[in-house]
Amino acid sequence: MVSGVAGGIADHLGVSDTVVRLVFIAATVFGGFGALIYAALWFLMPLAAPTVPAAPGLAAHTRGGLRSDQPPPMTESKARKREKSRGQVTALVVVGIGVLLLLNVAGFGVAGKMFWPLVFAGTGLALIWRQADEGQKAAWTNKAPTLGLLLGKGGLKSVIRVAVGLILIGTAVTVFLVQNNRLSMVGDVLVALLLAVVGLGVIAGPWVHRLSRDLNAERGERIRSQERADMAAHLHDSVLQTLALIQKQANDPRAVVKLARSQERDLRSWLYDEDDTTDQTLSGAAKRAAAEVEDSHGVPVEVVTVGDCELTEGLSAMVRAARESMVNAAKHSGADKIDVFVEVDGDRAEIFVRDRGKGFDTDGVPEDRLGLRHSVMGRMERHGGRATVRSDPETGTEVRLEMDR
Amino acid sequence: MSQRRVVVIDDHDMFRAGVRSEIGTAVEIVGEGADVDSAVKAIVATEPDVVLLDVHLPGGGGTEVMKQVHQRHPEVKFLALSVSDAAEDVIGVIRAGARGYVTKNISGTELVDAIGRVADGDAVFSPRLAGFVLDAFSGAIDIASVDEDLDRLSQREREVLRLIARGYAYKEVARELFISVKTVETHVSSVLRKLQLSNRHELTRWATDRRLV
Repeated sequence: MVSGVAGGIADHLGVSDTVVRLVFIAATVFGGFGALIYAALWFLMPLAAPTVPAAPGLAAHTRGGLRSDQPPPMTESKARKREKSRGQVTALVVVGIGVLLLLNVAGFGVAGKMFWPLVFAGTGLALIWRQADEGQKAAWTNKAPTLGLLLGKGGLKSVIRVAVGLILIGTAVTVFLVQNNRLSMVGDVLVALLLAVVGLGVIAGPWVHRLSRDLNAERGERIRSQERADMAAHLHDSVLQTLALIQKQANDPRAVVKLARSQERDLRSWLYDEDDTTDQTLSGAAKRAAAEVEDSHGVPVEVVTVGDCELTEGLSAMVRAARESMVNAAKHSGADKIDVFVEVDGDRAEIFVRDRGKGFDTDGVPEDRLGLRHSVMGRMERHGGRATVRSDPETGTEVRLEMDR
Repeated sequence: MSQRRVVVIDDHDMFRAGVRSEIGTAVEIVGEGADVDSAVKAIVATEPDVVLLDVHLPGGGGTEVMKQVHQRHPEVKFLALSVSDAAEDVIGVIRAGARGYVTKNISGTELVDAIGRVADGDAVFSPRLAGFVLDAFSGAIDIASVDEDLDRLSQREREVLRLIARGYAYKEVARELFISVKTVETHVSSVLRKLQLSNRHELTRWATDRRLV
């Protein structure tokens, strides 16, 4: 509730935040170090990273205002959060006052003399710390180094908040000193010095720490954007090259389609694919095989994948069999498109290769279709898998490859 | 059957002209829009059967158009049409209320077919969308979950989606499973509803992993 530490831990560990809070409270009651840990985590835990890099295509579209980054449900929950935060402040204040009164009535170590200084100091600190926390949310700019971070984007309100915080702490120190003027001069000086150092540390701590962390984050961001710029330049080159080639071969429609298609794939994988694990996973390998067939035969191959797994020896054989099926479809079916579906479900992996071409007679496989018998069925059986072929002049051909992984 | 009244929303003139020439005889194109504001205006003025909606649009994207139109006219049906096949865009636009998602390289006849389906209140799933949905709803099923019905796909729905992901048309799905096309449509609509309403933990997590929510 205070700074989201418990919630963050709960998210990380995948348990309910109530559990985490109870643990904190228990740790505080028995021995008191729960509060310390909490404070330390508040310091060290990064805020939920707001700058997760999106795929470049999406990022660019978002920047251009071409897509709204958050679907509607998001806005609702955001509004709720803000409401919650207002309730949260009230709750904190009420609980704080209650605890203080309780302590006072019970006379728990906090003598009457100390009570008000502590209340002032506590409130002042709370104000400043909360402010620094919010300041974190505002982007770090070079224009307003420390002040910007401390004040955030709250404008006048936050200035007042910080000022009130400082005044409260000042009052606390003064009241404390006045009430304790019976102490010897040495004691006074020592106490004053100690208070000054502690006070400064406590006030400056949050932003010094955040300052350095934000600078690091900013450096990281700059490196990332530089990388992005390099990639964009590279892509522009390749796209321009392809466009030039297309113009040169304008009278060969097949070549034009092939060029456009392969460039589209290139661009698409860069813009929207999240990772590039082509050689290690089943879906990656299947996509690459499809791309090769598309390039060499000029027939579009659409690949849809569900789930994924590591590419074992058997599965590579399955991908090769699928590739052979795609080649068959591209060469013989006359279909203008081939659909490939890869699914990993539990222990089973399946690949479907489907065309809507003219089909063939599965019993009387002609001489030139020996590829099917050897490269597809034979290969699958050798690796403990199974291939089923279904073909029909109306609906085309479907090759189904299955294997336990 | 009278012609469907369609509004085409896309920020590229060339694309709108292309769509017009490709399907303009099969459906009646009553309006066009190039950004969020003009789109909302055109839709509200013409009250079409179906809106062909580009996902990426100046002024906040297609989801913004749906939000603004649905506030006043919740009955308007949207079919999303995009070059992007990023999960973020596909699932995002469906969760925002679109009745279907097709990519821009769809053929004219397929597009007309999809428009008819959406106008009739059915859902249109491209193979890729079906794949995303299977992915999103995969994983262990928590029987104890409260919204059980919303949070998982039935065996039949899963079968239907698998076939769609394999590139089958609804008609072919129906023949394969020995059910009627109408039943296939019912299953797909039910999946769409679950996708839009489910707060399933896995779906949320899947979405979070892909920065959707």
